[in-house]
Amino acid sequence: MLVLWALLFILALSATGFFLGRQRALSLVNGDQRNLHSMPKYYGSNVALKALVPAALLLVVWSIAQPLYVNYSISSSIPESAVSETSSLGLLMAEVRRVADGLDSTVAQGTISDELARDPNADLNSITEGFKSAGQILTSEITRPMLQAAQSYRSMRRDGRFYMIIAVVALSLLGLIWGIRETQPRFRARNVVENGLKVLLISAASIAILTTIGIVLSLIFNTYEFFTLYPASDFFFGTSWAPSFSGRGGSSDLGILPLLWGTLYISLVALVVAVPIGLFAAIYLSEYAGPQLRAMAKPMLEVLAGIPTIVYGLFALLTVGPLLLAVFGDEGVGIMQAGTAVMTAGLVMGIMLIPFVSSLSDDIINAVPQSMRDGSYALGATQSETIKKVVLPAALPGIVGAILLAASRAIGETMIVVLGAGAAARMSLNPFEAMTTVTAKIVSQLTGDADFSSPEALVAFALGMTLFVITLGLNIIALYIVRKYREQYE
Amino acid sequence: MKMDSNKIYKSEAATSHLPGMLHEAAKPKMRGENVNVFYGEKQALFDVNLDIGANEVTALIGPSGCGKSTFLRCLNRMNDTIDICRVTGKITLDDDDIYDPKIDVVELRARVGMVFQKPNPFPKSIFENVAYGPRIHGLSRNKTDLEEIVVTSLRRAGLFQEVKDRMHQPGTGLSGGQQQRLCIARAIAVSPEVILMDEPCSALDPIATATVEELIDELRENYTIVIVTHSMQQAARVSQKTAFFHLGNLVEHGDTDEIFQNPREERTKNYITGRIG
Ligand SMILES: Nc1ncnc2c1ncn2[C@@H]1O[C@H](COP(=O)(O)OP(=O)(O)OP(=O)(O)O)[C@@H](O)[C@H]1O
Ligand SMILES: [Mg+2]
Repeated sequence: MLVLWALLFILALSATGFFLGRQRALSLVNGDQRNLHSMPKYYGSNVALKALVPAALLLVVWSIAQPLYVNYSISSSIPESAVSETSSLGLLMAEVRRVADGLDSTVAQGTISDELARDPNADLNSITEGFKSAGQILTSEITRPMLQAAQSYRSMRRDGRFYMIIAVVALSLLGLIWGIRETQPRFRARNVVENGLKVLLISAASIAILTTIGIVLSLIFNTYEFFTLYPASDFFFGTSWAPSFSGRGGSSDLGILPLLWGTLYISLVALVVAVPIGLFAAIYLSEYAGPQLRAMAKPMLEVLAGIPTIVYGLFALLTVGPLLLAVFGDEGVGIMQAGTAVMTAGLVMGIMLIPFVSSLSDDIINAVPQSMRDGSYALGATQSETIKKVVLPAALPGIVGAILLAASRAIGETMIVVLGAGAAARMSLNPFEAMTTVTAKIVSQLTGDADFSSPEALVAFALGMTLFVITLGLNIIALYIVRKYREQYE
Repeated sequence: MKMDSNKIYKSEAATSHLPGMLHEAAKPKMRGENVNVFYGEKQALFDVNLDIGANEVTALIGPSGCGKSTFLRCLNRMNDTIDICRVTGKITLDDDDIYDPKIDVVELRARVGMVFQKPNPFPKSIFENVAYGPRIHGLSRNKTDLEEIVVTSLRRAGLFQEVKDRMHQPGTGLSGGQQQRLCIARAIAVSPEVILMDEPCSALDPIATATVEELIDELRENYTIVIVTHSMQQAARVSQKTAFFHLGNLVEHGDTDEIFQNPREERTKNYITGRIG
């Protein structure tokens, strides 16, 4: 809360700085802006940036560093004996943080007085009572060292925030004064603002890149941790997927093969649906359709791409599944047991991918130069001969790229499989049987109370990592092919 | 507008080695009568009357935008590929109206081939580029037949010596001049009767241009050729007949020597001497 106020304050300060800077610049030259090096607004922006950027940076860095520091100093002050009672330091620290948060909210609700919450020798029972009547749930009993650690955690956190606000506000004010003092007619405010903007853009770009790196790193570390608990060969080559939720580890079978099989099978069905339909639609739209039809049909196809996948999932569950069951179920052919099956999910996913394939292929077909077509027509080829023998071969690498991109989307798709394919991990050739995919299993391993020290939960990271590597590989190949193809005509 | 479409050419084809041509010479291979072309509302050609003599080279000249390409594209109905383009009047090939709804456009284009301003080989091998037309028209009985056609066409286009060791490498890997000759080989592989060339040398260096011009001169023996060019020298060098277009009108046409030495129209004279264009 206080952090938000601090942020608002420096924003307000920087806005004020803008007007102050501009005003001062103008008044220094008696309102004749021709005597200034830069336009007055640049002097204003300079002051605004100086008041905002360093303070905001400090705010961010401090907000990240403080919890790390507090955690570190508290955990090193906890006596060894207290650690050995619970299983690990990490768990104990989690408990300490919970108690500290609990103290905060019980004090806010008034069930415990502030003095009691700060008293290191407070009666443990009355604290526990206070927690209970405030509706705070504790997983284990509060011990004295835990309470004391929580109390010092609280005070360090509060002090830290207090000093942070002071520092940030002070820095912002300093920046403001600095900026105003810089405001002289010959000062090159324009160039400074230019640089300031560049820094802003760079930091936006690096946030995007850094978070990606962070996600990948966390995937890697957690995957590594999983492999210390569960043998990698069993994971990659195990043909059975049967996680147990009873105890920690032990009897679980966590083989990825059935899941990969389901993923690839469903994706295959989806591509078999999406590629011909999407490609033919693209050929029709780009080669045969008149301009009016094209102007109508293209956006309509693209609407399909805008439908959230959960809606497709519902469609699979409520429409396609029952429809298939009526034909292939016990009433009909008799090879389908339930509405959820590889076929159901694959068909619907295929429909989802049609606009993806068609709009990519359409772009690629349009990129084939008209002169190629003219050359073919001038030799007496018909339109379909021209498409088959000139346009498609020329566009082929690009189309293959589009298909690979579609495949990587199919592999990563979750909602349609969760609703349409069932939850049984099995390796079967019958497309009318329920199977499941890597993504669906990641969801089911992590929904509910996941204990992130057990292989049953950590396996999600290994699954995610595997998917990531597969789709990354596909994307790289696809982009490589597409780029290669572009070079051909440029 | 003064028009004398009835003027009968004393054809240069008299020099042809094909004896049968002697009687045919007087009769034009293609003939345009009152050709008007519209792009949407805009009219691009006005009542053009022009005969294309058999076994000779007709050059179309005129300033940019005057309708040379438009007229050329009427002759094999390549204008059909432009949605907004509309053609009226009559164009005949050997007395058949090519805009007759009953005519097979695909066959027409096999008889009236075209070489474009910018070389546009297909992204296939040199062999496949030339074999493309014969394949779709089924001109060969077997593989050796097809190879024969490809080699003959390449030889005629003056390219065979340069590419005989790399027949199966992509045609797009050739130089600009080689690509243009490849496109010419591709066009003659389907044995057309007329070859239309739209500024075939505009992307070529002088040496490649000279090769293509020599080639055109040789091709005249067996084909009727219409060439659009911006180079007066080229028109004078390769053509027997010249037609001058200006603002969508056919201003003057006749023997090339006469047009260049003794133009009847003021506008022609101004264009040839470089005062308009
Ligand atoms: N596809 C088209 N759509 C609309 N107008 C066109 C089209 N092609 C040509 N035109 C118009 O028709 C007129 C004649 O064009 P054309 O291409 O025949 O000229 P050109 O004599 O070949 O010129 P250049 O020497 O520059 O090639 C021009 O005014 C041009 O703007
Ligand atoms: Mg032109």
